[in-house]
Amino acid sequence: MTTYLEILPELLRGAGVTIQLLLVSTLLAFTIAFIAGLGRVSKHFLVRKLTAVYVEVFRGTSLLVQMFWIFFALPLAFGLELSPFWTGVIALGLNYGAYASEIVRSAITAIPKGQTEAAIALNMTRWQRMRLVILPQAFRIMLPGFGNISIELLKGTSLVSLITMADLTYQGLTLRNTNISQTTEIFVALLIIYFIIALPLIFTTRYLERRTARGVATQ
Amino acid sequence: MIWDWSYTVEIFPTLLDAMWVALAATVVAYSISLILGLFITLAGRSSFKPLIWLTLGFISFIRSTPPLVQLFFAFFALPQLGISLSAFATGVIVLGIHYSTYVSEIYRSGIEAIPKGQWEASKALNFSQAYTWRKIILPQAIPPVIPMLGNYLIVMFKETPMLSAITVVEMLQTAKIIGSENFSYLEPITIVGALFLLLSYSSSILIRKLENRMKYAHGNSKPVKSKNDTVMANVVSTIKHALSIRKTERV
Repeated sequence: MTTYLEILPELLRGAGVTIQLLLVSTLLAFTIAFIAGLGRVSKHFLVRKLTAVYVEVFRGTSLLVQMFWIFFALPLAFGLELSPFWTGVIALGLNYGAYASEIVRSAITAIPKGQTEAAIALNMTRWQRMRLVILPQAFRIMLPGFGNISIELLKGTSLVSLITMADLTYQGLTLRNTNISQTTEIFVALLIIYFIIALPLIFTTRYLERRTARGVATQ
Repeated sequence: MIWDWSYTVEIFPTLLDAMWVALAATVVAYSISLILGLFITLAGRSSFKPLIWLTLGFISFIRSTPPLVQLFFAFFALPQLGISLSAFATGVIVLGIHYSTYVSEIYRSGIEAIPKGQWEASKALNFSQAYTWRKIILPQAIPPVIPMLGNYLIVMFKETPMLSAITVVEMLQTAKIIGSENFSYLEPITIVGALFLLLSYSSSILIRKLENRMKYAHGNSKPVKSKNDTVMANVVSTIKHALSIRKTERV
């Protein structure tokens, strides 16, 4: 028990960084998700194709490879050097943004066609139709998916430790280097702290799932 | 941009060789997750309540903690507890266990989509529990979810670079080694990315085709509306499907 108390302050410092990273990259991922998700259902051919390429590239390659590419190759390719924090945020945001955009798109396409037709009959513009009719209904379908993505994103943040950012996992690894004998305790503590950070996300997602299922007519 | 083509050609075969390590890791880890996932599903449907709670707890814990940390735990902490395995073995077991929790959800959705009448008929015919599972339920529950299981094969393939963290020399690790030897990371990492994209995109197209065929093969003759191939969308649609079946039954 005393071992856990000894290692806790160091780990909590890392947990702070992890949570910070989680919040910023979640924000970026969801923003990208909406832009790309709407892009996928755009009436312009070029916009649809470009967003499709973005989604396929980021879902088709591995997150860690993307992170390394932004960290090691981007400075060489375009002379653009980012700090580990922003490398992490951008890689996580772009990767999970691509996954989440599929949730946005599938929620939009799940809205019955009659809704679009009714909006057209009411002489709404394309934008009004999306904003007032489709999105409010699609949003509640998206929410549980967003909850799941945020849990995945939390797990993804641990990868930034491999590009030398001092997050929770990195703190655990450095602690281990100085106290090899406490390896088991350190990693058990790491797993538990991650689980504690994930708990609010899990409960929110479950709540959203229940709420979304309530009172929805099936065709 | 300074892209060196002769360097690219020179390092390409080495990276291609490393791809086999990644593929081997994927196949082994995937087999573990398929088998373990089935046991988790069955445990989650047991009539013994504590076993259900234990399974649910296990699933949420494994699913919400990073696989990277689980890898480190298995690689660094297990030897202290007297279990030592090679890096490759540790890696595939951890990935296998991690994704078995996801795979079990898919099995579950397949099993829940089986009409209640099948259970009742088996009971009426006096089939034993094990016989019902083996001969009635699983043969009907698993084929429709094969495409979704296939998606996880791709997902797991994309997770293999993580094994580089525990010294498995797969594609990313090879790229890093080449990069540090020649002071140029641009080409190796880009090639690795391109290989990943090539393999996972082509297999996702195959799975999409399989999925369309499955939809017809299993009596659901409605053609697929959207070309969704995301794991998430599939899970959502199956759950919806399962829910709708239950609802119509009640009516």
